[in-house]
Amino acid sequence: MADAAVHHDIAGVYEPSLFGTYSKKIGMWLFLASDSLTFGALLFAYSYGRVSNPSWPTPFGKESIINATIMTACLLSSSLTMVLGVLAAHRGDKIRTRNWLFATMFFGAAFVLLHGMEWSKLIHEGMTPFTNPWAPSVPQFGGTFFTLTGMHMLHVTIGVIYLGVVALRKKFLPVLLLLWLIGWLATPASNVFHLGVHVLLIGAVVAAMVLFLHPKDYDSHDVEVSGLYWHFVDLVWMFIFPLVYLMSTRV
Amino acid sequence: MASTEIVHAHAAPQGFIRKYVFSLDHKVIGLQYYFLALIAVFVGMGLSLLMRIHLIWPTASLPIFGDIKPETYLMFVTMHGTIMVFFVLTTAPQGGFGNYFLPIQIGAPDMAFPTLNMLSFWTTFVAFVVLIAAFFVGAPLHGWTGYAPLSAVPSSGPGEGLGADLWITSIALFCAASLMGALNFITTTLDMRAKGMSMMRMPLTCWAWFITAILGLLAFGVLAAGGILLLMDRNLGTSFFVPGGLNFTGQTSFPPGGFSPSTDLVKHNGGSPLLWQHLFWFFGHPEVYIAIVPGMGVASQLLSTFSRKPIFGYRAMVYAMLAIGILGFVVWGHHMFMSGMSPYSAFAFSIMTMAIGVPSAIKTFNWIGTIYKGRVRFHTPMLFAIGFVSLFVSGGLSGPFLAQPVLDIPLHDTAYVPGHFHLIMGVAAIFGIFAATYYWFPKMFGHMMNETLGRWHFFITLVGTYSIFMPMHYLGMAGQPRRYSQLTEVAYLHPLIPLNRFMTYAAIVTIAGQFIFLFNLFWSMAKGRKAADNPWEATTLEWTTATPPPHDNFGGRTPVVNHGPYEYSVPGAPRDYVMQNDPATAPVH
Repeated sequence: MADAAVHHDIAGVYEPSLFGTYSKKIGMWLFLASDSLTFGALLFAYSYGRVSNPSWPTPFGKESIINATIMTACLLSSSLTMVLGVLAAHRGDKIRTRNWLFATMFFGAAFVLLHGMEWSKLIHEGMTPFTNPWAPSVPQFGGTFFTLTGMHMLHVTIGVIYLGVVALRKKFLPVLLLLWLIGWLATPASNVFHLGVHVLLIGAVVAAMVLFLHPKDYDSHDVEVSGLYWHFVDLVWMFIFPLVYLMSTRV
Repeated sequence: MASTEIVHAHAAPQGFIRKYVFSLDHKVIGLQYYFLALIAVFVGMGLSLLMRIHLIWPTASLPIFGDIKPETYLMFVTMHGTIMVFFVLTTAPQGGFGNYFLPIQIGAPDMAFPTLNMLSFWTTFVAFVVLIAAFFVGAPLHGWTGYAPLSAVPSSGPGEGLGADLWITSIALFCAASLMGALNFITTTLDMRAKGMSMMRMPLTCWAWFITAILGLLAFGVLAAGGILLLMDRNLGTSFFVPGGLNFTGQTSFPPGGFSPSTDLVKHNGGSPLLWQHLFWFFGHPEVYIAIVPGMGVASQLLSTFSRKPIFGYRAMVYAMLAIGILGFVVWGHHMFMSGMSPYSAFAFSIMTMAIGVPSAIKTFNWIGTIYKGRVRFHTPMLFAIGFVSLFVSGGLSGPFLAQPVLDIPLHDTAYVPGHFHLIMGVAAIFGIFAATYYWFPKMFGHMMNETLGRWHFFITLVGTYSIFMPMHYLGMAGQPRRYSQLTEVAYLHPLIPLNRFMTYAAIVTIAGQFIFLFNLFWSMAKGRKAADNPWEATTLEWTTATPPPHDNFGGRTPVVNHGPYEYSVPGAPRDYVMQNDPATAPVH
């Protein structure tokens, strides 16, 4: 993104900005406001479907809940490492910043991997966007589950790519392409992620466009802005986990 | 990151492509939006003409489309509504004039995120191309509101297959473009104001664009979610919006033994069409303010400038716009009184809706207070600003009627509702666009528009649009339904046909009048009288810079603002207007 906003660093030429902050940060907050409305609408659709179907299935047993709890722990840990990364960036400690970003990406990737395995398991058990084995008369169960968690998984994936670009810049592109190739080869052709992994390829193309058309050094502000996005994605999960998983526990 | 010298974020571009096609300059992007809207408005207007002609001469064969079937008529309805709402009323006032003049009016060299701005325009452009492509595969029938289940089941009618997919794709792209634009506008307003330009010194146009951007930011995200769910219903077999037991097989009578679930019925169940209505109108109601609020800003600016008086109640105007914006998010249910909602919900939505009358009335009285005892100069932009107020009042007065469930239920599916929203959201907003065009044309193109042609255009359009849309209220009360393509088939509508014929003649005259505007626009660009830097003797910052403005808007310097936006006829001042960047003077008592 370009930097007409550089100007207001010069005292006396412009009015002081909102909360003394910089444009990119305001822009990200605004994007998150809008994105929260999008997720809000999806959660509304889920709740609407749920309350209007009295026989909503509750299929998640111990195994699923343990898995989802580990995923939650991954995301919570990633928020901590992200905060440490931002603090290191503000201190100007480039090495530590990079390492904390790697840790955050690791937890994010672990989340996506665990979630993908769980999706595969549910699909194997016969769940699709329009039907499920537990309550065939409630097709909304599969639809809302895959929409909500899929949209969230997409956000986490984009977040990992975003952090990778901030941490490694152009050096991240081969890593990303490698991840794409591994993902593609490791999933059997019948698995939904054999197709879904191409999100990484699209991400690599977009990241390459940004990196080559607009080459620049990423500073502590960029780390902070990417952190805002990351924390938001974590926060969304803190709504999805109880609403979708804990409320559908098989007891 | 911080450099100490003031340099523009990006150098003036060289070469045609970077300068006029993929430009980062907010002024070029503003003009791109404006001309996109100009193309769109003529397409949308052509469709409205076809509809009016078909209503009067139902058997006449039309060029290109041939004999008009009811579904062809509904296709016109859908495309007219979608093009007008999204690509004209949302695009021209905000994307066009907002882009061009928001940075200049607050003293900024450009938008906060120029690249995002360019992406926003080109995404809008692609969205428009995708929408127009729907014409060639059979456009959808479901209206601009895309009500499910018609929109959610591809087999529900002609045009609901690929055409509807293209329609939703276009809307989704438009959502993305609007989000990019909205966060850019808000950030620019909050972060890029010149020294001295406090929020309460911003021209009301800037306030209007700022509030419109907030509405867009919060509303389009919800439409995007609705669009995702709709696409999944159509293509992945989910049933968010499709209830069970639907039959789209063309069987009109109930067969013995019932419809066969395997062959006759749509394979969905358990979904709710009302969910789509909630998601759509949560976006849809703020959307009508996205269309009209920039017009309010322009009217305020122009009435003050051409009456040579400060705006009456500046703060009240700002708070009224904010109140309209906030209330706009809690009234979506008034579009759904017909859906069988609980009377208690309907009551709450009804009260909230009527509450919007209060800030609207504040604005109207302030506009009248502004011109009262002013030395009014009746230039063409002023005529259109007065026309805006007139249409805003006429169209707004039917609002409190429709806000009441007991009146809305009999009126909702009649021509009364199109009469209401065309006056206030359609024509009033268009008058705002015309006023802005005549007002800022000298700054944008360096020439004045022709006043005589402008006056002809104004009077034809004002009388013409009232002649088209006022009778719609009467037709609605007389029971003429909306969306009927032929009135001749229904006996009780026969006495209403002469009035409909009058409306069609009025539409033909009004549309002919728009070609005066088109001619004036392009003729004045080349042959119009050369414009001075400040031809209207106005006060805001865009009139302090060269005509047309240089690449960085103020030629390497940044203005310092010492005055409010509307200091006209200040006692003791040497001229009857004090520009915002004039030197600060001791207050005169």
